[in-house]
Amino acid sequence: MTETVKIDFHHRQSAHCESGVTSNLMTHHGHPISEALAFGIGGGLFFGYFPMVKINHLPLITFRSSPGSICKKAAQRLGLKVQAQKFRNQDDAMRALDDALDRGTPMGLQTGVYWLPYFPPALRFHFNAHNLVVFGREGDDYLISDPVFEAPVRCQRKDLLRARFAEGALAPKGRMYWLEQIPEQLNMQKAVRQGIREVANRMVKAPIPLIGVRGIGLLAKQLQRWPEKLGDKNATLHLGHLIRMQEEIGTGGGGFRFIYAAFLQEAATLLDRPKLVDLSTEMTEIGDLWRQFALLGARNCKGRRGANSSYPALADLLRDCAEREKVLFRDLLKEIA
Amino acid sequence: MLKQDVPQDAAILEQQSAISYAVDDQGRYVLTASAGWDPSNLANIQAWQLIAEEIESALSEIRRGNASPLLFHMVRNQMDTALLARYAHVSRWRVKRHLQPKHYQNLTVELRERYAAVFRISEEALDTLPERVELPVDVEGFEGE
Repeated sequence: MTETVKIDFHHRQSAHCESGVTSNLMTHHGHPISEALAFGIGGGLFFGYFPMVKINHLPLITFRSSPGSICKKAAQRLGLKVQAQKFRNQDDAMRALDDALDRGTPMGLQTGVYWLPYFPPALRFHFNAHNLVVFGREGDDYLISDPVFEAPVRCQRKDLLRARFAEGALAPKGRMYWLEQIPEQLNMQKAVRQGIREVANRMVKAPIPLIGVRGIGLLAKQLQRWPEKLGDKNATLHLGHLIRMQEEIGTGGGGFRFIYAAFLQEAATLLDRPKLVDLSTEMTEIGDLWRQFALLGARNCKGRRGANSSYPALADLLRDCAEREKVLFRDLLKEIA
Repeated sequence: MLKQDVPQDAAILEQQSAISYAVDDQGRYVLTASAGWDPSNLANIQAWQLIAEEIESALSEIRRGNASPLLFHMVRNQMDTALLARYAHVSRWRVKRHLQPKHYQNLTVELRERYAAVFRISEEALDTLPERVELPVDVEGFEGE
């Protein structure tokens, strides 16, 4: 193991960690694709409301597909391969990382945010599916391209080790991943279609009512009754939690709807389908509607409840989102059929 | 969202600016830096308020003699008994026992060191409780829009 390794890796800040890592890794291997494209091809957009699954007494609400799937599916659809490895032994995990760096391969890592010292303390929660790329080592420090940061960062070995072996939900178990079998040509058009088809099917044809537009409808129905069912204080906590899942760092705003609209815009050019530009515009407007929901919801949380920020009014806003997304994703399915 | 509408509210969380996707005046998507947005700031602060409440109630339980100092460190690190058990490699029911003052007093040095290592403090510091807990955000003073 040499003292200093620095792979020539181009860091580019992105909205979301996983699509950012995917885009940066592919770019490194000679296929520059944008974050939005990685997100869309990887089928990142989602809606799921699982009231029976509680995290810290709050229901599981997610606007994105399960961790790891964006990178895996984007690579698969484009004809690349993601290799991944997990570890029992912590020393083995760090040695494997060192070896890979010595060979000149940047490595994607799954980590727990709580243990990463370069994160602002206010954002350090026990979230274990944060993705980053290690591209070098200088003495005891690792050089890291963390896609949600403006510039590359550094992290000491002992801290990175902790983050790689964070415990609890989605425990990474040292998981590291890298790209293999890089083809000369990517099958872009097919990949874009596949990505759109997956998301659109999930949004409008999911077999269970907790997922897709039906999930949004269910959320609207239950949210309307939160104050009477949960009491005022707990209802506020639930609403704040929903806003947090939707708007927190990493979504690009509007629960990933804007990044998806950006993807559709690129897809229009790649597939030469001008209609997709219109659908992108509609997606942007739906994203604005979600933002409106967050804005009014926050007002509600602060106790400044007006006619437009009451629980029934917020529920109506969600129903609007659901209705418009239903039409949009049906149109999308027709467009790529 | 239009580029000029990308929110630039206070970055109360000391975070760096985040990437927002917004459209420019030609309708094209561009990546734009956003300093922060009050609704999401509020939602984050709310999460911290919950943690602050848990810490407060832990401290008062400990002062009343109903819980051991381990409870404070656990909630200060945003953990519950299940998570602490996993990190310390101690079974969950033993963690629960160690949250009781009488069992905490009989902890071996080895176990105390194991807990301390999880919280990244010295073994002696396990017994010390702060007068006031500094949180990374001001959970009281946030007004926003």
